[in-house]
Amino acid sequence: MLDPSASNGTPRIGFYICHCGTNIAGTVDVKAVAEYIGTLNGVVVSREYKYMCSDPGQELIQQDIKEQKLDRIVVASCSPLLHEHTFRTATEKAGLNPFFFQMVNIRENVSWVHTDPVAATEKAKDLARAAVRRVFLHKPLAPKKVPINPAVLVVGGGIAGIHAALTLANAGKHVYLVEREPTIGGHMAMFDKTFPTLDCAACILTPKMSAVKSHPNITLWTYSEVSALEGFVGNYKVQVKRKPRYIKEDLCVGCMECVTACIFKDARFPDEFNVGLSKRKPVYIPFPQATPQVVLFDPETCLQLKKGKCKQTCIEACDRECIDFTQTEEFKDIEVGTIILATGFKPFDPSKTPYYGYGTYPNVYTALEVERLVNASGPTGGEVVLRDGSHPKAVGIIHCVGSRDEKTNRWCSRVCCMYSLKLAHLLKEHTGAEVYNFYIDMRTPGKGYEEFYDKLLKEGVHFIRGRVAEVTDWAMDAKEEGKLIVRVEDTLIGTVRRVPLDMVVLSQGLEPRADAQDVRRLFNISCATEGFFLERHPKLAPVNTFTDGVFIAGACQGPRDIPDTVAQAGAAAAEALALIDAGHIELEPNTAFILEEDCSGCKSCVPLCPYKAISFLEDKKKAYINEALCKGCGTCVAACPSGSIVQNLFEDDQIFSEIDGLLSELAVSGGGRL
Amino acid sequence: MPTSAQEHREVSRKITYQSELDPGFGEHIAKMAYGEKLFSCIQCGTCSGTCPVSHYMDFTPRRIIAMVREGFRTDVLNSLTIWLCASCYSCTVECPREIKITDVMYALKQEAIATGVYPKRFPVPVLAREFFSGVERNGRNSEGPLMVKFFLKTNPLSMLKNASMAFRLWTKGRLSLFEEKMRTPGVVSTLLRAAKQAGGNGK
Amino acid sequence: MTYRYFPGCSLKSSGRSYEESLLAVFRALEVPVQELDDWNCCGATAYMSVDEVEAFALAARNLALAEQGGNGQAPQLMAPCSACYLVLLKTQKYLAQHSDLDQKVRAGLTAVNLRYDGRVQVRHPLDILVNDIGLDRIKKRVKAPLAGMKVACYYGCQIVRPFATFDTAYNPTTMDKLVAALGATPVAWPLKTRCCGGTLTGTIPEVGLRLNRILLGEAKRRGADTLITVCPLCQFNLECYQDAIQRELNANVSLPIVYLTQLMGQAFGLSDTELGLQRLFVPAARPAVQEGGKAAHA
Repeated sequence: MLDPSASNGTPRIGFYICHCGTNIAGTVDVKAVAEYIGTLNGVVVSREYKYMCSDPGQELIQQDIKEQKLDRIVVASCSPLLHEHTFRTATEKAGLNPFFFQMVNIRENVSWVHTDPVAATEKAKDLARAAVRRVFLHKPLAPKKVPINPAVLVVGGGIAGIHAALTLANAGKHVYLVEREPTIGGHMAMFDKTFPTLDCAACILTPKMSAVKSHPNITLWTYSEVSALEGFVGNYKVQVKRKPRYIKEDLCVGCMECVTACIFKDARFPDEFNVGLSKRKPVYIPFPQATPQVVLFDPETCLQLKKGKCKQTCIEACDRECIDFTQTEEFKDIEVGTIILATGFKPFDPSKTPYYGYGTYPNVYTALEVERLVNASGPTGGEVVLRDGSHPKAVGIIHCVGSRDEKTNRWCSRVCCMYSLKLAHLLKEHTGAEVYNFYIDMRTPGKGYEEFYDKLLKEGVHFIRGRVAEVTDWAMDAKEEGKLIVRVEDTLIGTVRRVPLDMVVLSQGLEPRADAQDVRRLFNISCATEGFFLERHPKLAPVNTFTDGVFIAGACQGPRDIPDTVAQAGAAAAEALALIDAGHIELEPNTAFILEEDCSGCKSCVPLCPYKAISFLEDKKKAYINEALCKGCGTCVAACPSGSIVQNLFEDDQIFSEIDGLLSELAVSGGGRL
Repeated sequence: MPTSAQEHREVSRKITYQSELDPGFGEHIAKMAYGEKLFSCIQCGTCSGTCPVSHYMDFTPRRIIAMVREGFRTDVLNSLTIWLCASCYSCTVECPREIKITDVMYALKQEAIATGVYPKRFPVPVLAREFFSGVERNGRNSEGPLMVKFFLKTNPLSMLKNASMAFRLWTKGRLSLFEEKMRTPGVVSTLLRAAKQAGGNGK
Repeated sequence: MTYRYFPGCSLKSSGRSYEESLLAVFRALEVPVQELDDWNCCGATAYMSVDEVEAFALAARNLALAEQGGNGQAPQLMAPCSACYLVLLKTQKYLAQHSDLDQKVRAGLTAVNLRYDGRVQVRHPLDILVNDIGLDRIKKRVKAPLAGMKVACYYGCQIVRPFATFDTAYNPTTMDKLVAALGATPVAWPLKTRCCGGTLTGTIPEVGLRLNRILLGEAKRRGADTLITVCPLCQFNLECYQDAIQRELNANVSLPIVYLTQLMGQAFGLSDTELGLQRLFVPAARPAVQEGGKAAHA
């Protein structure tokens, strides 16, 4: 590397201004800026070029470094977010430390926001001049390399988590799959059929579930949650809390004798898997294909666990002696390098839209309840029997419940039109009833989706374009007595209609999980305004977060269907694999560090760090910054009362010289231009 | 809707040319009604579905919003819809875009009266204007005299139909035959004039 | 605390018994009420149909009157007519939100030597009864519990829409709770807030009559002995057109329609004339057990 100290103090600066086609040159007089900068102290070379980021552009820099023995480079072009890396690499290839490079943004900050060419040119000159002054004081830095632990943590065992875990495990990496519920499978396990192919959800999901169970590279911990997390990309220390099932997991074979023998002869408690449509006992297996195939005890309803006294007929019935009421929470500590969050969504709760009658009228159902109703292993064996015991002859499906609505959720939940079509088909198939879909727009963007809509049209399902305001039971004539009435404007035909129905299905939207904020704080990522996890870039980085090493996949990032969820899960696995197979990660060296001799041990900086990078060394009574966690935000640097925190690339004298560079022309001309 | 195939039916022609429309109408009404959200309407039809009188309207509330946006000034101001609106605010409360539809209806009523484009003999605007001038004069509304003036201007014969109800009301002390006045009725017209003059001609 | 009272034009004529029973009930509960001096019409829906600035100015004068005097506490302005209540509340909110409107209205008020500071709180008597006075105090005052009476509570539009300040817009329950406190049984029915048509019964009877036929028919179908309301126009529409509905629509919808305060007065043991019951077209319903006797509390 060229050593700047060899050039007797005055650096040799190369300045390059980019036309960027007409993006910059259309507003800024680039020739004038290049000429002007060429007159400044220390500037040896000053050029303008059409596209600096192109190969010839970069070669220009490299050639000049070699031939003109340059030791500082300034490029005035677009945003550093785009090409800082490009130019740093070019600099490095020519043998110069890449941090002797400084970039000036005269596109997003000048030519794209100003229309007056004279003023814009002057501003470009000022910014370039400031950068030239600053770059004098740059120091050579080296990015830090941090190794990546090849183990991966996948949080959430729905289809997203399952697919990501299998992909990584098949690549030979060890995966910890942590799932909060007693079984993996997520919401998909509850569906009857999936659109648009009408595949049986369980049939396509359960092979993947058992692959997870039997995979040698996957440690499956169900009924568990991540309770604590610390560390940084490549080096996470995770604590997993395993909730007690009161069953020895490796002994239980899921024979369910204990369930039959339970002191509660009848099932009495709402069955979560069947969304409360059926009942279960305190000891239960969530559903027949639950993975792992192990029962669990509900501590709220089991008499032994709640009150401490029961005949414990279950223990008598178990011939493998699996039941253990003395079990407690168990904490496991693991180390992983990357984390994939696949925590899924929460279905919209229609008690927030009471005008649709959910809870008031027994024959109003949510879509998820209907999935269980039509499912062969559901509470009614797949027969559509309503809560009042009747069979419906007219069914209404209301789209957009809790979606596209300022009063509930503003967004479109993306999957409801398709699942409403699917439920229309299944309900018609199971009951022969007249089915009415009340919609605002029919959103069928995926592969085979529009064709599915056509299939439904051909089946004679009624499509009424009109958003339902209310489901009521007041009848206008004898035919409407005892029915649920929907009064709606059929906007396409152009008339107001009253449709009497026996059953109403609410197509509930998708929301972030209730504890999304807690989870995101635990994993140190952000949520968007709607509450879903925030991706790094909506188009170009949909599975990355702003925290290196933590990825998101599936509905936790936004409402999405199964094909897109699986694609995202694969993408997240690939991102994790990219890190793992690279073996290490290079961190930007714009980190802060403590000047130990000056640190007074006041601890002001410690709580300020948003990335928890600062700790206090009790033995030395000094603060310490973990370089790998530091993101270079500068908060601690500014806050330190004794000025003993310094930030690479943003040292005080570098910043002051930049300011001097901005203001120097004004001082000379007496401030005339302001 | 015509039912008999033997009824004489004439072919009608309905097409709208851009030159017939008023492109600024939407913005104008939106400003009057503090209703910029008007433009967010997704034409879902919730308003029409919940409006208790939408099935009597020539254009449902949803259609009115669409027509306002697109500049169908004449059709909208001549419609019966805006006068049938009873200001029950159901549409406003149910609208998923939170458009203040009732305020839009009021703005349309005001615009109709201000530009003189409305069905002149339709009872609702007649009542509104009678009420308006009565209160401007006396500061209070007198139901009896108001109804008399109203029937005289719209359908004098219906006064007979309502005579027995009026009589019953009067015997029960619920009908004011004379005009109610404030102690200081002039105060109201001073107030209104000053408010109207402030800031020019309103929005 | 004295409630400033804005009767509105209807309460002095077609809604006279509303004023009579309201004042009688508040007297019985020992809550002082003082009528605004020389108030003017609130404008109802008619004024807003013609000119917006004038409509708000008209209503604002009453708000300004309500703020006169007082002892520094936020004046409470009670507006029993639901339409007046909404107009006054809407005026208050819109003046606060839209400064250009506020300026014009103030110019008007200044011209008549009034000022408005936004301090007054516009209240509906149902809100005051349930939330300020409270159900306990009301229960204590009940001398003749309305045992066995099935009451359909009709809220109408304007007290819950568009501003649901003291009850929910969908399925409100304050009136039902009050009725239960009087010993009667509130009827559960889905049309509590469906519009009665306002002035449409007079201007476009083919629409207005049908709206009221629906309300009356459903209340009867659900077994109501009586329907109570808190708006003079609703009461007028529901009661005084029953004959016309019978005639034009061939539907028997005979049902007593009384004001909430008249029902309360009955439970308090007040006399018929105090409550204006003699002004009804359809005689008020009476509870199965007429005299007080055992003052059974609900």
